[in-house]
Amino acid sequence: MSARVGVVVFPGTNCEHDTVTALERAGATGTLVWHTEQRLDGLDAVVLPGGFAHGDYLRPGAIARFSPVMAAVERFAAGGGPVLGICNGFQVLTEAGLLPGALVKNRGLRFVCAPACVRVDSTQSVLTGGVDEGRELAIPVNHFSGSYVCDDRTLAELRDTGRVVLRYVENPNGSVDDIAGVASRAGNVVGLMPHPERASDPLVGSDDGLPLLRALVGAAAGVRAA
Amino acid sequence: MTGTLHRALGLTDEEHARIVEILGRDPNELELALYGVMWSEHCSYKSSRLHLRRLPTTGERVLVGPGENAGVIDAGDGIAVAIRIESHNHPSAIEPHQGAATGVGGILRDIFTMGARPLAVMDPLFFGPPDGARQRWLLEGVVSGISSYGNSVGVPTVGGELTFDPCYAGNPLVNVLCLGALPVDRLVLGRASGGGNLAVLLGATTGRDGIGGVSVLASAGFSGEADEAKRPNVQVGDPFEEKRLIEACLALLDAGLVVGIQDLGGAGLACATSETAARGGVGMDVDVGAVPRREPGMAPWEVMTSESQERMLAIVTPGSWPAVEALCRRWEVRASVVGTVTEDAAHPGRLRVRDGDNVVGDVPAASLADDAPVYDRPMHPPADLDRRRSDDPTGTEAPADCAAELAALLVDPSWVYRQYDHQLFLNTVVGPGADAALLRLAGPGLPPSERGVAVTTDSAPRWCAIDPRAGVALVLAEAVANLACVGATPVAVVNCLNFGNPEHPEVMWQLSETVDGLADACRAFGLPVVGGNVSLYNETTGADISPTPVLGVLGLVDRLVERPPPMALVPGSTVVLLGARRAAGRSPHPLGGSRWAVECRGRRHGALPALDAAAHARLAAFVASLVADALGGGGSVLCGVHDVSGGGLGVALAEMAVAGGSGVRVAGVDGHAELFTELPSRVLAATDAPVELCARAEAAGVPASVIGTAGGPRFAVEGLVDVSLDELTASWAGALARRLEPA
Repeated sequence: MSARVGVVVFPGTNCEHDTVTALERAGATGTLVWHTEQRLDGLDAVVLPGGFAHGDYLRPGAIARFSPVMAAVERFAAGGGPVLGICNGFQVLTEAGLLPGALVKNRGLRFVCAPACVRVDSTQSVLTGGVDEGRELAIPVNHFSGSYVCDDRTLAELRDTGRVVLRYVENPNGSVDDIAGVASRAGNVVGLMPHPERASDPLVGSDDGLPLLRALVGAAAGVRAA
Repeated sequence: MTGTLHRALGLTDEEHARIVEILGRDPNELELALYGVMWSEHCSYKSSRLHLRRLPTTGERVLVGPGENAGVIDAGDGIAVAIRIESHNHPSAIEPHQGAATGVGGILRDIFTMGARPLAVMDPLFFGPPDGARQRWLLEGVVSGISSYGNSVGVPTVGGELTFDPCYAGNPLVNVLCLGALPVDRLVLGRASGGGNLAVLLGATTGRDGIGGVSVLASAGFSGEADEAKRPNVQVGDPFEEKRLIEACLALLDAGLVVGIQDLGGAGLACATSETAARGGVGMDVDVGAVPRREPGMAPWEVMTSESQERMLAIVTPGSWPAVEALCRRWEVRASVVGTVTEDAAHPGRLRVRDGDNVVGDVPAASLADDAPVYDRPMHPPADLDRRRSDDPTGTEAPADCAAELAALLVDPSWVYRQYDHQLFLNTVVGPGADAALLRLAGPGLPPSERGVAVTTDSAPRWCAIDPRAGVALVLAEAVANLACVGATPVAVVNCLNFGNPEHPEVMWQLSETVDGLADACRAFGLPVVGGNVSLYNETTGADISPTPVLGVLGLVDRLVERPPPMALVPGSTVVLLGARRAAGRSPHPLGGSRWAVECRGRRHGALPALDAAAHARLAAFVASLVADALGGGGSVLCGVHDVSGGGLGVALAEMAVAGGSGVRVAGVDGHAELFTELPSRVLAATDAPVELCARAEAAGVPASVIGTAGGPRFAVEGLVDVSLDELTASWAGALARRLEPA
């Protein structure tokens, strides 16, 4: 039986269907999880997809972190369950304190929807495990607040412990150290600004996101087996 | 007695007299306000309706034609496609960010009102040359408004157009097209039925923002000084409210909880209640006291005419109300019963407005929705028409430096579209910057299908200014060619007719000529017009814009499983020009109305090239079939394709070279006139099998000529242009940024 991945839907989330489609291409069974859910029973991994949760009002992710589902996500992560935040989901994870740093407005102060190329710089995460280090992947970005920032000590720690999992080959937004994705200490919580689900079908341009999603699904299947 | 109040509400004395006749008494202030907004130019089309009747509107795929919130086409596989185009010109001129944002919000509601999920937006934009601070403010504001609303609400913006012309400096045009899809059996119409059914207002609270907004703004021109005072008439958008409203309404429709549904746009509740009642042949009782307010102290007429955004009116049975309420609560969408449908035999079809127990207005609903006066406004062609047409730029002296003038015509629009999410739903096979957008016909809740839809928006005010009748036909031909380049067969047209002041006889002549030209061209290509919008009074201090019909054309693809050949050259391929190279008349390469004549020489007059609709249709069908071969997974004789349009052969070739990162060597081009003519019905193809391509073209009755070979670092047209590809690429890529972000 394939891994069951929950895709969280906040009011204002808009990438949930695309994410389920891509996860299914990667071999998982995707199910939508409404933001008022307080339990994640039966799920092997959780994805917070892209969009504008609660309108991104106040600050991206700032309201969503208080949605009831987030307490369950926190427990799920604390238990070692794989958690992925894509774009807005990454913003939510930083606001919730599940990942360090923050995402601020892009350099240039404009929304950017464009092709991007990221390099796998660490395989110590549920998103990059088993993917060749140094591999370059064409995965588009789509965000206004995608510039990753953190304090120097955090940055040093992220670098030294292999937690910068993806870097931009050409930085589209001004992120510090070209960071496109970071992982938690245990590697089971990952956030990235590029949209791997938008690179899951050659018909719409690229399927370079699939190796990442397959890694996540593989990690989820590991949870199921254990 | 209401004295001269009607004039302040934009009604003429004759219109006032007509209202008195309808009611059999003087209207009260609220009633007068209802007629004021509903009989405004924006809502009633009173100047254009007479002409619009001449457009062909039927076809075998048409499920819903003009008159509803959107046109609907049967796309096959149990899927219908809804499409509509609108303008938000006047609000955007006053407050570009919110004007454009609410334009997006408004058109999305027109689409999901039909039961369709909005899947794609396109934005044709027109500004003055972006060299002054004001034009930059307008462009930046409009683009950021579309970006912030469209991206947040979760509908990709997959294309559009960007046109600069001095005629738009005081009155920019912001048009927006939306396409949605639905399972055929979810189709709903905006009509009320069933006495005792409830009228439920969904979504945002009602405030004073936008009272008389589009309907008043868009029914008069700009004069300069007073325009600042119009800013409070511009509504403010809330994409998060709209996103929840979309999900809630589609869920209500899926659950079969709704009898009829209608968005609240121009003229707000007045429009939604009277139109749904009139279409259903019923009456409606509305209690303004039950309408949730954003601010205290609003008068009943303000509640009825407010254009507060993100609101819908649903007609539901009393039995389904609890389920409706529960579903709306889940999506955090406000739902309030504000009225009931009436079937009163003694007084049929009345719109009765109450404030609690007091009846504050009582009029025939249909008189608001359908009985606005229809004007046959005086029209005549411009007095100097003959002189203008004989002032033709075709014989103009050749440029000393063709390369520089070609470079000046190249513009990379990505500065605009990079700010738009153009990928959501994983449908965008070909996105912005190409000939047409090509999308998979898929979306949440749709039956599975391998079909594709293509959509393009096209306009050419420089052609229409010369000859509105021939110009609009050429615009339609270009749209058909654009669709062909992504493998699609055209099936339906929507139009947004942007014109100046209809009280100017020359503007009415332009409008009438445009309608006739469009009607003839649609018949020639076998295409129905399934919806449209008219925006008049686009003028500043008495100067009208050039006639600007914008056409949105929808195309279908039977099987979309592989990508089409790109709008690019591939090194080593042979470049073939499909279509006739020379015009039939006296001038083989006419330059009247060309971008080169207008932008490089300031020559805006002359004669347009003739369109041979039959030859054009042959070419388009031929190209579409070659591209469709690729889409269906069967490979294609083409490895690159692009239609020749604005800027002519030179610009088309340069755009393909830049996109493919490939130089090209072309020979046999007959001077600058052939390089820049906008003679229609030509498509550039790159192929690895030129002999086969030419043979198939001949068999299809399409002229074909090998003109060159792709490859190398130079862009060279023998005897005319020889520049490095890098230089050309830099001109193209930096064209907008240089003007919008001056150092």
